[in-house]
Amino acid sequence: MFGPLIVKAGTSKNNKTGSWRTESRPKFLKKNCIACKMCRVICPEGCITGDQKNSYDCDYAFCKGCGNCAMICPKQDIIMIKEEAKE
Amino acid sequence: MKEFQEGSKAVADIVSLCKPGVISAYPITPQTHIVEELAQLVADGKLNSQFINVESEHSAASVVLGAAATGVRSYTATSSQGLFYMAEVIFNIAGMRLPLVLTCANRAISAPINIWNDQQDSISLRDSGWIQLYAEDIQEAVDLHLIGYRISEDKSMMLPVMVCMDGFILTHGIEVVDMPQQQEVDKFLPSYKPLYKLDVENPISMGLLADPDYYTETRYAIHDTMKDALTFIPKVTAEFAKVFGRNYNGLLEEYRTKDAERVIVSMGSVCGTIKEVVDELRAKGKKVGLVKITSFRPFPAAAVFDALKDIPKVAILDKSVSLGSYAPLAVEIKAAFFAKKKAPKIISSFVAGLGGRDITKDSIKEVFSLLTNKERPCEFIDLKPELLRESYE
Repeated sequence: MFGPLIVKAGTSKNNKTGSWRTESRPKFLKKNCIACKMCRVICPEGCITGDQKNSYDCDYAFCKGCGNCAMICPKQDIIMIKEEAKE
Repeated sequence: MKEFQEGSKAVADIVSLCKPGVISAYPITPQTHIVEELAQLVADGKLNSQFINVESEHSAASVVLGAAATGVRSYTATSSQGLFYMAEVIFNIAGMRLPLVLTCANRAISAPINIWNDQQDSISLRDSGWIQLYAEDIQEAVDLHLIGYRISEDKSMMLPVMVCMDGFILTHGIEVVDMPQQQEVDKFLPSYKPLYKLDVENPISMGLLADPDYYTETRYAIHDTMKDALTFIPKVTAEFAKVFGRNYNGLLEEYRTKDAERVIVSMGSVCGTIKEVVDELRAKGKKVGLVKITSFRPFPAAAVFDALKDIPKVAILDKSVSLGSYAPLAVEIKAAFFAKKKAPKIISSFVAGLGGRDITKDSIKEVFSLLTNKERPCEFIDLKPELLRESYE
């Protein structure tokens, strides 16, 4: 019997890893975004997508809640909210 | 062909006949002669293999892990502190489901430093996911390497095998060995065809992060494969018998246990001494016997139950001890009778032969004489009380 161990390349894409996130998650306010792309670039998971102003968002199935995006946003348009908080 | 050979030389010869593509090892007593001989065979051009020199056992294990991962039959050997230095890699090799054969020339663990034989080193890595086979004599040590590769590389197993042979007693002892011929070895052990391998054309990942959503299943899979190994190992040994004419059960051996009233259970070279004592006592009309455990992992609990269920008194003789608890083999044997209706009336546990102290025929006779109606949870044999003191004040 084999477990899910010997695998094709690309598991970090195929396997959902967002269960690591425990305390808080980013919330994209989409009000003052200038599309500087800094959040997209700094995200260690590469799970932030977006192109136009106020279009950025992240995939919570992969987001670990590190808060780098919120920290780097020059417009404070991304905030960290408690994991259990509603949108 | 029968030859009078040192155990280490015989093991090096059989490993050479198995044609490993990569060998990596770091010398440590009493394993040294094995890898020294292999290095010589490679240097002399008699073995077409890469012998990779490393700076430590951690690196040796890492090298063979990498080699096995690229789909190459690989080999390493070590002892004692060397095995412990390999420990994290040992778990990784099993976790990545890589076939490999490692010889553990069993030796005691520091401190105090001691180069002589007991089985604490390999026993301490019993939970690593490796199949562990213990040899009684040099012939069995030789044969278990060949059997080990067959088990390890089978597509239903893909687990590493540790062949454990008692340091000095078997590695430096000299016995007549029936060394298999290359043609027979090739027939029994075809070239290794990996089920998966690291390949740039077809990339895969091994041993990467498994978070709580995935980890349990990787462990369960090894645990379940170990159970399958209990039926697979005897199949391989039966096939071995057909080619080489030597019969091993592969899991355990029952020696004169029919009608026996007192039986010792043990592992490794001491079983040879026990057999001699059993023969002597049998000649005097005493109903005694031996159960030799070959496979400690997977542990053949069902076979142990069958072998011992009708024996009134059983003694387990360990060459290691779980300090602060009981002796490892004794724990397994007792667990095999948990919640069973049939069981020996007495299961006593004895520890002997630590750090190379000889287990003599008298030691074995003492075990039989202490196997009375009083159950002994963990009795040390040949202990010298005069060396013990209560305090340093």
